Amino acid sequence: MRFVLRRCIFYLVTAWAAVTVNFVIPRVMPGDPVQALINRYQGQLSTDAVESLYALFGLDPDASIWSQYVDYWGRLFAGDLGLSFTFFPTPVADVILQSLPWTVALVGVASVLSFAVGTLIGVMIGWRRGTWADGILPVTAFLSAVPYFWLGLIAIMLLAVTWPVFPTSGGYDGGLVPGLYPEFIGSALWHSILPAGTVVISSVAGWILGMRNMMVTVSSEDYVTVAQAKGLPERQVMFGYAARNAVLPQVSGFALSLGFIVSGTLVMEMVFSYPGVGFVLYQATGGQDYPLMQGIFLIITLAVLVANMLADVAYVLLDPRTRQEA
Amino acid sequence: MTPEPVLEIRDLAVDYGYGASPVHALRGVSLTLHKGEVLGIAGESGCGKSTLVYAATRLLPPPGVIVGGEVRFHGDDGPVDILRMTDQELRAARWQDTAIVFQGAMNSLNPVYRVGRQLTDAIAAHRPGSSRAEREERARELLTMVGIAPERIRAFPHQLSGGMRQRVMIAMAMALEPKVLILDEPTTALDVVMQRQILEQVMELRDRLGFSVVFITHDVSLLIEVADHIAIMYAGEIVEQARASEVYRQPRHPYSHGLLHSFPPLHGPRRPLAGIPGSPPDLQALPSGCPFSPRCPEAMDVCTDVHPDLGPTAAAEPGRRVACLLHTEGRTLPASLSV
Amino acid sequence: MSVIPVDAAAAPVDPAAVAATRRRLLFLRNGKSRLGIAILLGFAVLAVIGPWIAPYDPSALSRDVLQAPSGAHWMGTTHTGQDVFSQILVGTRGVLVVGMIAGVVATALAVLVGVSSGFLGGLADEILSALANIFLVIPALPLVIIITGQLPDAGGITVALVLAFTSWGWGARVLRAQTLSLRKRDFVEAARANGESTWRIVWFETLPNLTAVIAASFVGTVTFAILSQVTLAFIGVTSISDWNWGTILFWAQSNQALARGAWWWFVPAGLCIALLGTAFTLINFGIDEFVNPRLRLAGASARSLRRRGIVPRIGFTAVVRDTGCPPSGPALDRPALALSKEATR
Repeated sequence: MRFVLRRCIFYLVTAWAAVTVNFVIPRVMPGDPVQALINRYQGQLSTDAVESLYALFGLDPDASIWSQYVDYWGRLFAGDLGLSFTFFPTPVADVILQSLPWTVALVGVASVLSFAVGTLIGVMIGWRRGTWADGILPVTAFLSAVPYFWLGLIAIMLLAVTWPVFPTSGGYDGGLVPGLYPEFIGSALWHSILPAGTVVISSVAGWILGMRNMMVTVSSEDYVTVAQAKGLPERQVMFGYAARNAVLPQVSGFALSLGFIVSGTLVMEMVFSYPGVGFVLYQATGGQDYPLMQGIFLIITLAVLVANMLADVAYVLLDPRTRQEA
Repeated sequence: MTPEPVLEIRDLAVDYGYGASPVHALRGVSLTLHKGEVLGIAGESGCGKSTLVYAATRLLPPPGVIVGGEVRFHGDDGPVDILRMTDQELRAARWQDTAIVFQGAMNSLNPVYRVGRQLTDAIAAHRPGSSRAEREERARELLTMVGIAPERIRAFPHQLSGGMRQRVMIAMAMALEPKVLILDEPTTALDVVMQRQILEQVMELRDRLGFSVVFITHDVSLLIEVADHIAIMYAGEIVEQARASEVYRQPRHPYSHGLLHSFPPLHGPRRPLAGIPGSPPDLQALPSGCPFSPRCPEAMDVCTDVHPDLGPTAAAEPGRRVACLLHTEGRTLPASLSV
Repeated sequence: MSVIPVDAAAAPVDPAAVAATRRRLLFLRNGKSRLGIAILLGFAVLAVIGPWIAPYDPSALSRDVLQAPSGAHWMGTTHTGQDVFSQILVGTRGVLVVGMIAGVVATALAVLVGVSSGFLGGLADEILSALANIFLVIPALPLVIIITGQLPDAGGITVALVLAFTSWGWGARVLRAQTLSLRKRDFVEAARANGESTWRIVWFETLPNLTAVIAASFVGTVTFAILSQVTLAFIGVTSISDWNWGTILFWAQSNQALARGAWWWFVPAGLCIALLGTAFTLINFGIDEFVNPRLRLAGASARSLRRRGIVPRIGFTAVVRDTGCPPSGPALDRPALALSKEATR
């Protein structure tokens, strides 16, 4: 399983790179943000917080870079990402853990939905060209050019303020205590429709276009002509032969654009004050909460890597050529 | 006894492009394939030989458009015009009536499906009553028939060699025991030994199952060995039609003559090889008169003005037609084209 | 290859025709790309003259607080009476400059990494393409936020460079795939056989054939950079004192423009972003069709297709008998059946 092995190595290297970037960035930044921060809080920061900052930024004059790095990894494996200022003294890890499920659910549902819908539409307009469906393309061009968050703003304006169908913000009804009971789940779903819908609408265009182009390319492959020559039913040729092959680059594209979708969703959470990681990141940037920002970067990156691995598994299942023993 | 026709192509005309000035890729081509016969179609690349069979099966991809003619298939219920069939009729007729083995052995198989699935799906589509086990059994049988171990039913196309893939395609084409098998340069991507084996296999199957074959290739000497009749195409038209042995012994069209002498003969005495000077014409800017006239060693003044129609040869040999002004009455054939 | 093999963007380019001016003109004749270029030029003009033609100082406060669009304030005013139209005009420059700088730098990086990795092969290729993939997989926005958030001064140029640094991965990947396929082409092999130096081959044989792909990657990166920059400004990570479309949205959001129903405050900026983005997408459509002719499908003649009742599709060739061009070729024994005038399905 050469393919799988290579991908595993790639993910390990990427994870290492993300952690190292996270370690390096605060240390190579010009100026001294920590000192500025400490000055700004004028002694209101507890010693714990200052210590956490010093560890994060490597301002401990006694430690060498190498020992700091080792120390950093050590704390990482212990799940210690430092303390958040914004939610002081809550550890960063706890803040993220609390908000992560919201983001994972939102991103997961929205991106899979957008992928499925977009790919299906792409199959349709790529298979039979020269029909009215081609008119969808310019519309998608416009939608893909709109920033996610602005579409979110418009959605809120139209569907939450002007016609108050959906709630303007939040992840659930303020009067409810989070938990796994029907009323709360219903409320959470209700609150997620607008943000998820907006993510779907703004990201679906790329899938439509990509799949349409791949369908056009794959349709001229010999095996599609053979399938038609065999007199197979139209659906079988369209899905089993053309779309089945055209979807492969879509799946690898899905893996690669996850980072982009996640970024968009984070901003969407900021717009909707959705209780996910994005909203926390928004609060962290507002309060210059560096430990929290960095923790979020790290966790989000690792989450994207895990999602990538899942997409790879899907790819291996879909393309027998990758399963070839080398 | 006159053999019964299976496939009659009449005046087939094909354009490429939908715009104001499409390329006329086929201009009134007529051909008849008889039961049990092997019909060869030869010509340089771009002469329209593949276009002909793809158009006759309605498989020609865009921007090809059929702009005239008819393709009559003589099935059990009498002749039907393929060009007037609805999509459903066409779909139902395909592979039962006419099966095709395509040029690219590498790309004819769907890379993500196992060979077995691709062998059985045509059976499933046309014989909805068959059981899964029956179809699978048939697939094994078909593979055995072309000399591939039946276990290979579980293989993916990328696990097979080029020659094996082409055999699988032939097995696939045999799945519904079609009346006509079209081979579109089935062996170009393969080495000579493999070519030979595969062709022998097809001919052996034909002897056993009795289907008719349309065999397209640019290799005339190969055609002469396997075909009963040969049609030679140039720039979207048929320029000569005759029995294979006749073409080999005595080509009547200067182009056939040139083509024949561009390949070493497989049997018989050696003869000097000579290519055809020049290159195939641009279909967008065909010369006036005979399309071959600019390259023709025997061209006369009249050739650039008058378009020759396919008609009897100067010697009026039965069953033989040629499109060359040299064969009009009162002209003397050059030595190379007369006996 | 260390990446998943099939690549949607790696459409084959026809090397022989790339240099032909005729084809370059063909690209400009493409309706989509012409429209895109026109919109882009319009914004470019605004970027230059915007600050001069702006009716007000974008930061100047006035008594006309939260006014809906009117003759005096075409796009209304903010909660402190600033003129939104002037903010848009003045902000255009910042958006375009950052987008262009980021696009140029990122494309340069992409070409450098992509082409060298495609050309060098072996271990260098492994490392470089892994690097590009790492940058592709890491979510850019959080990365940009932690970098810009910790920079003492996150002005326009800085943001552009940070964006360039984080967004070159896609271009590099596409260019690598394209270079790999070019490397095996005859004319490159021939140059190699002639003993031309690698860098000469890269410069004179390879790069000209990559023009379209490089252009597409540039356009893509500029779009990405503009969207990211606006997003960053909207979140408030970058300097909020420079006017750009994102800062307008930042102020609108932080002053509850939505709740106050002040749609004129955030709608124009968003539409401008969308329009600019659409322009880039249209240009990219044009490049795509230029690179991959299969996508073109005689787009211009779509109307004539419909008129003639042709649905171009694979596996069922259209039969059209109503055209006025009968087969001009020879006809051996005319068919007994007369050709009916029956139109096609």
